[in-house]
Amino acid sequence: MGQVTAVAVAPGAPATPVTELDCASMTTREVNATLRQLPPGSTARIVNVQGRHNIAVGLSHHLDIEIDGHAGYFIGALGDGPSITVNGFVGWSLAENLMSGTVRVLGNASECCGATSHGGAIIVHGDASSRAGISLKGAELAIGGDVGHMSGFMAQAGTILVGGNAGHALGDSLYEAVIYVAGSIASLGSDARIEELTEDDVAAVTSLADRAGFDHISPQDVTRVASAKQLYHFDALREQKY
Amino acid sequence: MCGIVGLHLKTPRYHDVLGHLLSPMLDCMGTRGSNSAGLAIYGEPVPQGFFRYSIRIDGVDSTEEMKSVVTALVEALSDDLSATVTCERLRPDGAVLVAPETVAAVSSCIRTRRPDATVVAFGRHVEVVKDVGAPREICLRHEISNRTGFQGIGHTRMATESAVTTDHSHPFAPYPDLALVHNGSFSNHATVRRRLEKEGITCVTDNDSEVAARLVARELGKGATLEVALKHMGNEMDGFYTLLVATGTEFAVMRDSFACKPLVVAETDDYVAVTSEYVAMTSLPGIETATVHEPMPEEIHVWGR
Repeated sequence: MGQVTAVAVAPGAPATPVTELDCASMTTREVNATLRQLPPGSTARIVNVQGRHNIAVGLSHHLDIEIDGHAGYFIGALGDGPSITVNGFVGWSLAENLMSGTVRVLGNASECCGATSHGGAIIVHGDASSRAGISLKGAELAIGGDVGHMSGFMAQAGTILVGGNAGHALGDSLYEAVIYVAGSIASLGSDARIEELTEDDVAAVTSLADRAGFDHISPQDVTRVASAKQLYHFDALREQKY
Repeated sequence: MCGIVGLHLKTPRYHDVLGHLLSPMLDCMGTRGSNSAGLAIYGEPVPQGFFRYSIRIDGVDSTEEMKSVVTALVEALSDDLSATVTCERLRPDGAVLVAPETVAAVSSCIRTRRPDATVVAFGRHVEVVKDVGAPREICLRHEISNRTGFQGIGHTRMATESAVTTDHSHPFAPYPDLALVHNGSFSNHATVRRRLEKEGITCVTDNDSEVAARLVARELGKGATLEVALKHMGNEMDGFYTLLVATGTEFAVMRDSFACKPLVVAETDDYVAVTSEYVAMTSLPGIETATVHEPMPEEIHVWGR
């Protein structure tokens, strides 16, 4: 096992032990089992990830985890409490089904980031690919750059903030989630509509952008996208066409 | 689910180690498909007027027996065709022969002499290896790590729509130096197959990807560029797909309009690498500094020599 305990040497700060986990000499199961056994509040650093999938998944307590390098699919998925930062890009389904905690990616994220997440915050400093926030169920998803097509598809609850441009079919079949876009929108999906921005929206965007560390967004200038609620029920009597 | 990998070398720097670089990529994508695998490897051309023929001969048990079977086949073909036919490489499943570029005549003679032989691919550059089993074992069995060349594409299969046999494995190579691998599923392949049959184009399997390969082949045969041929294929076929297609001069990727199947492209001064997942390219030299991106829906990217 490539587990090493070092001591962080930030000047002026109290020394915090950092558990370093080396993927070059550990299986993914060993990495995740080790993280699960760390006491709440511990700090861990995972190195030599090399695109490996399923790192730091299913953690149900608070840990500060730094993942060094590009990582694969499902990073931080099913988490309930951890705070995870990835110094690189990630593959599909970042933080899928997150319950609570924070997952932050300093690079880009591939498809389906934040899919089905119930709570916590997912922050991507770069771009996210297609289907970002698909079926979101309550989490906050903040993307610094652009998102691809069909982002916010069938999102049920929560907030999506896009600091750049949104691709085609944004918010298709939205339920109660709200999407804010700072840049352009290629096209809206079925039943998604642009709504007037309220003071509450500006406050929500300001708060989320602050917590995400995004300083390139003017909260009063974003576009609010929400559901027109015409697809909630099938109503044959009103001759709706599907 | 299936996995695709490809490496297009922009400079000669890694020509001698092409197979050595491709093998771990294919092995890694065994996680996306482990019941069969295949590769198309493009090397220096055989002389004008000749093709490489990748030939599989079934039912031969030992290397010694294969050697005598292939020697006899080479002699017979030389006589039948009144032309120079040589064996470039003896393989555990057959051989790579160099014979005149008259594909119909050569294939007919091969079938007559060895009804258990199948022409898997042909062209001045390409050799195709495909087999049933785990990708790692296939690479070892066929000594892929020793192959040289300027580009290669590979596929790891998890069959969802047709049988697991060597014939159903990818790549499909129905046209000189064309090879195609596919991750996804086409929904209207039976309709298009029937349409092709009316034009006299016959598929040898009921595999959906073979139909796409034959459509691309038909368009290339009409003089289309690879990009135009792929666009045409996209108009005729419905379904989910990420395709990786190579010819003797080109290397192309294409995603369907929903981009349902993954694809990562990495480019350095020396190469273009494409894989279903980033993890499959982490073994490449210089990958840390490569430009990595995901092609958008319906985008076709083509790299040429």
